[in-house]
Amino acid sequence: MRPARILADLKIVVRSYLRNPVALFFSLIFPIVLIALFGLIFSGAGNSPIPVQVLNLDHNSGTSQEFLSALNATNVVKIQFVDWNESKFAALLGQNDDPIGLVIPNGFAANYSARQPVAVTVYTDPEDAADSGAVLGAVQGVSNYFNLNASGGSEIVSIDQRYVGSQVFTYIDYLIPGLIGFSILTSPMFSMVDVAASYRKEGIFRQLSLTPLTRAEWLTSHFLWYMGITFVTAGIMIGSGVVLFGARVHVTLGLVPFLIAGPLFFVSLGMLAGSVAKTPESAALIGNIITFPMMFLSGTFFPVSDFPAGLQGFAHILPLYYVIDGMNQVMLFSNAARAALDFGVVLAGAIVVFVLAIRFFTWRGE
Amino acid sequence: MADAIEVRHLVKRYGNLAAVDDVSFTVRAGTVFSFLGPNGAGKTTTVEILEGLRRATSGEVRALGLDPWTEAAALHRRVGVIPQDFRFFEKITPREAIEYYGSLFGHRPHPDELLARVQLEDKAHSRFDTLSGGQKQKLGLALALTNDPEICFLDEPTTGLDPTARRAIWDVIRSLKSEGRSVFLTTHYLEEAELLADRVAIIHHGRIIAEGTPPEIIAAHGRPERLRFAAAPALADYLRPRLGLAVSAADGRVEVELGAPSDALRVLSAVAASGVPWASFATAQDTLEDVFVRLVGQMDDGTLKAEGTT
Repeated sequence: MRPARILADLKIVVRSYLRNPVALFFSLIFPIVLIALFGLIFSGAGNSPIPVQVLNLDHNSGTSQEFLSALNATNVVKIQFVDWNESKFAALLGQNDDPIGLVIPNGFAANYSARQPVAVTVYTDPEDAADSGAVLGAVQGVSNYFNLNASGGSEIVSIDQRYVGSQVFTYIDYLIPGLIGFSILTSPMFSMVDVAASYRKEGIFRQLSLTPLTRAEWLTSHFLWYMGITFVTAGIMIGSGVVLFGARVHVTLGLVPFLIAGPLFFVSLGMLAGSVAKTPESAALIGNIITFPMMFLSGTFFPVSDFPAGLQGFAHILPLYYVIDGMNQVMLFSNAARAALDFGVVLAGAIVVFVLAIRFFTWRGE
Repeated sequence: MADAIEVRHLVKRYGNLAAVDDVSFTVRAGTVFSFLGPNGAGKTTTVEILEGLRRATSGEVRALGLDPWTEAAALHRRVGVIPQDFRFFEKITPREAIEYYGSLFGHRPHPDELLARVQLEDKAHSRFDTLSGGQKQKLGLALALTNDPEICFLDEPTTGLDPTARRAIWDVIRSLKSEGRSVFLTTHYLEEAELLADRVAIIHHGRIIAEGTPPEIIAAHGRPERLRFAAAPALADYLRPRLGLAVSAADGRVEVELGAPSDALRVLSAVAASGVPWASFATAQDTLEDVFVRLVGQMDDGTLKAEGTT
């Protein structure tokens, strides 16, 4: 491999790309559109009251009922009484469609009239920060009102906040690594499949085969380009996620390996898919068959942990899952060990696919 | 002088179809060799085998002493190729394309000189997808020259071009020869082969049916030189028993085939003696095109077998 030839080819790739306004739009504007679209659809707070599962352990004392009817009167929440076992409340709530809950403790009325501190427990949904925040605000408001009435402001009723999941991540936090993964997958896959098939049909590979440029050099220059694109789109996605939706993600150097190995994997896979196909049409079909399941089932738009068990198992055979899971480990959970494992899977896969792509991708006939 | 290209008993089969069927020829260094044939004759297959883009089924092929298939990389550094219907990256300009090729070959070409040479200076900064067919082909030619090649392979370089563009490319081909490069030119334009080629091979159905310089081919396969009179058929009737030469009459013309140039005098005296009035006379000679059309036609009729070559 000669760096000078890779560089010369990279120049051609970059120029071709920058002179194509549609491609430019898709790589620079599309990420923002995606973030905005999914962010608005799935994490926006609606105006309708938010269902809250309420377990009243104070045996329907007058005070607790007053507290709850005041809460209902805010119109922020819609109280749904449940009669679950207290020890199973969190677990049952986790399985509920509306996993936000409130527990009024036993002795709430007695403590309140004795002006002894007492805490109500609010369970919030880590994946729905907006609703959770609204409910917390409403409960806090009602508590303040009660505190003011009883003691002129000193805190009697307090809030014990717990999460249905283990940590607080909002949908947008999951969405950022997911969508970076989405673009790592789609931008090289769609265009490499097309390039592989159409360059062959138009005789451009033939033309290149008559020069000293090697296939590995050619594929490397394309990988470098898509790696560059990936860094830019990742930056745009993180930036717009933070600015538009207040996403809280860690941006560390731990992200870099995924932004390198991911594009290497999918540039090679796109090339491989385009090379085994006989015509541009069948190449597009093969490309879609590979791309679409990964596009939706690797944790791009929704965390894989939200999937039914069977689908979760399927997700684990998709290469993109490891790219996105790795970025989740880095950006959300700070779990370096698991991120390293994910990276190992991606890198090993990328090398195998790169070598296979070089093998199968011929630029002269027999 | 050494041979630039040597081909012995080349065969290329696709399944049962022999696209190239036992072809042999030699191209001497510094000459223009033209492969002439109708579409589908096997020209492109042969040239692609010579370029190392396709593998021969059997036979021996050497270009610059190299096996084009197994020593392709070494060969490609020393030859220039413009394929039929040259295509390139749509958004790239001719100047950028030449710089690109220069970097790939590790040469430092002067893009402006090369572009001037193919008469494309004014399009140096136009994107490939805005170029006309002729301009694209000229760029192909310029790229084929970036690595200062010893052999240029030109596969139907002027097909579909307007006469001006065609002439521009012919000029370049002539200059290649004058610089001592060898040129392998495939074409289905007889005129092109006749004008440019030192030697011509006529290929049809994968076989060479005639080979030599254009005059040699005409001499070997053309009809003899003819005297042609604008006259009534009565002249033919008069001449036929008296000359012992082939005489034909059609469309108000009488033609006499000459066995030897000196026959012309005998024919003229006989015409004068006939007393049949005639308006004009001319000599007629087969062109390469006449020969080509006849040979291809005869081969299609099954009345001609491919000849042993050289």
